Amino acid sequence: MSPAGPRQGRVGPLAAHPGESPALDVDALIDDPQTRIVVCCGSGGVGKTTTSAALALRAAERGRKVVVLTIDPARRLAQSMGIEELDNTPRPVADVDATAGGSLDAMMLDMKSTFDEVVLSQATPEKAKAILENPFYIVLSTSFAGTQEYMAMEKLGQIHADAQERGTYDLIVVDTPPSRSALDFLDAPERLSSFLDGRFIRLMLAPAKGPAKLMTAGLGLVTGALTKVLGAQVLTDLQTFVAALDTVFGGFRARAQRTYALLQAPGTAFVVVAAPEPDALREAAYFVERLNGDRMPLAGLVVNRASPEPRGKLSAEEALAAAERIEARRSAGATGELTAGLLRLHADRMRSLAREAALRARFTAAHPGVATAVVPALASDVHDLRGLRRVGELLARR
Amino acid sequence: MSSDWPRVRLHVVTGKGGTGKTTVAASLALALASQGKNVLVCEVEGRQGLARMFDVDPLPYAETRIATGLRTGPDGAGTRPGTVHALHIDPESALLEYLAMYYRLGRAGKALDRFGVIEFATTIAPGVRDVLLTGKVFEAVQRNSRNKGAIQYDAVVLDAPPTGRITQFLNVSDELAGLAKVGPIKSQADTMMTLFRSPRTAVHLVTVLEEMPVQETADGIEELRAAGLPVGGVIVNLVRPRDLPDDALALAAAGKLDKEAVRAELDAVGVSTTKTLVDGLAAEARDHAERRALEESQRALVDQLGVPTYELERLAGGIDLGGLYDLAATLRDQGLA
Repeated sequence: MSPAGPRQGRVGPLAAHPGESPALDVDALIDDPQTRIVVCCGSGGVGKTTTSAALALRAAERGRKVVVLTIDPARRLAQSMGIEELDNTPRPVADVDATAGGSLDAMMLDMKSTFDEVVLSQATPEKAKAILENPFYIVLSTSFAGTQEYMAMEKLGQIHADAQERGTYDLIVVDTPPSRSALDFLDAPERLSSFLDGRFIRLMLAPAKGPAKLMTAGLGLVTGALTKVLGAQVLTDLQTFVAALDTVFGGFRARAQRTYALLQAPGTAFVVVAAPEPDALREAAYFVERLNGDRMPLAGLVVNRASPEPRGKLSAEEALAAAERIEARRSAGATGELTAGLLRLHADRMRSLAREAALRARFTAAHPGVATAVVPALASDVHDLRGLRRVGELLARR
Repeated sequence: MSSDWPRVRLHVVTGKGGTGKTTVAASLALALASQGKNVLVCEVEGRQGLARMFDVDPLPYAETRIATGLRTGPDGAGTRPGTVHALHIDPESALLEYLAMYYRLGRAGKALDRFGVIEFATTIAPGVRDVLLTGKVFEAVQRNSRNKGAIQYDAVVLDAPPTGRITQFLNVSDELAGLAKVGPIKSQADTMMTLFRSPRTAVHLVTVLEEMPVQETADGIEELRAAGLPVGGVIVNLVRPRDLPDDALALAAAGKLDKEAVRAELDAVGVSTTKTLVDGLAAEARDHAERRALEESQRALVDQLGVPTYELERLAGGIDLGGLYDLAATLRDQGLA
């Protein structure tokens, strides 16, 4: 029995009725000079790239020196920002209003050359060459699930170090890759580290050393099986690859850990992006929990593509009933096709709104206190700075 | 209506994230099952989206019966409906099963696991993950005597990775080409490619009528064709309802709707009208007209893709199991199944 015994129907202290979530103050976030990194994350197709570009542009026009790192922008948006080329270098975006003293650079991530750069910076030229030419490396650097996530974080680390050193930027906005799951990029450095520490790798590196000796019989079985399945050439390539990479791995691991620490640092803010859909909000919820678990600073949730609030007060049911009455009059010869259509349209919007409100309420009930900005769906696609400015205004509207 | 794809045994469903590819895969499976086919729907991205869609427990690595097709014909007396089984394929289980089925590795198989080879192969060894996933799908389509007592399916639907990755995912021999030029894995991959490139496979692309997804669909089709993979249909999902007649759309877009007439008609059916309400309705109509115009321009692009297209309406209340059957019926009527 709880201390509040006599009060019937009381819910437990951990359950709460959904209240309103606090509003996310976007301008306070991007104006704060302490904010150095903003990471936008969320599942695919929720408008992450647009949100990060809009945040970056708004911050720049409010006086910050900003660089935005995007992963895979829509072609026309990329063109309007002048980053069609994949050259891994931030370029100034034209037509940004610099009257407040800010600036905006943008770049699109080139996964492979980022990986190559790391190898080149960590290994001797001969060793680097051996790695870059190894078939395992080529596939790993272009298509391993996770490489893109890891490289986005790597690039963030590079730009950050550079910005610290030379004062080039005071705010970095990062878009995260359209992962299978929004969590992938947080795990990427960890996954790489654990891969490097994997038993198999250590075995391949030192088959005859120390305790591994005891396992030699087992190893014979393993290599035998691998040869049977993969063929001998593959195994040789693999051994060369592992041996070559091992020398640069120490560096890799340290970098991965530094980036992870950077993400936990006070100057970093995560913005979780979602759409008012069950899957996207579920991903967002996982992400919020994960960020808390990893002690990563969460700034808030952005819900994109929300149905806009209607102006008049007319419920979906009333609208549909009225539409039916109009149809009845029409069959008796009266006009009203347009009005009936308008009413059905309105009912549709009201139903979507109700569904979205229920989804958001569910999120808020489970994650109270997460500051939220709701951005209404725009009638047309965003593909220029004007559109980004508009999204920025909507983001900051409280 | 008869199916546009009568010879297809493997339906691969891809699409940009957020376009509803799992929804389409699930309703396609139901649509096929309502024609008496026994269908397997596979998921490979570890999301358990199918389980949520069909409202069942998370799927294991085992074919699980999750639904029955619609009854068709008058009084539901038509074709006896088939079943839908679902399978969640994860690379670790697929690899162990593969090794057991083809190599009878016995002790060595266990050693592989103990030495972390399985983990290595499925997490980081490039391309291997995809080959294991597609390999299991291949096995389900082309069952042989090695898998004793397994169900023979009339069709397999794959809820595949997104458009940006689909060609690479299916193009297993290319993906392995850099790694294994000869050897048993290579010949396995080649056999799989023969199926994937044959008319028994169709890769369907799901899109919504927005700029980026349509562009990605066009790019995806080009890539698939370049790789010799058979492009199926384009499923246009989440289409807005067409509640307004065309002439009204034009007027709404120009902000020239006859608000007085609307107000009079609303009054006539007892809706208490205010200026705000009528202005609000006109503004909603204008928004809608703008989006419809955008959709129409994207639809024109979709029509130019030169592949059969299918359309599913946006369900304002979201998707539930009933909604899935509804979409399945639409897909069947349009000939995707």
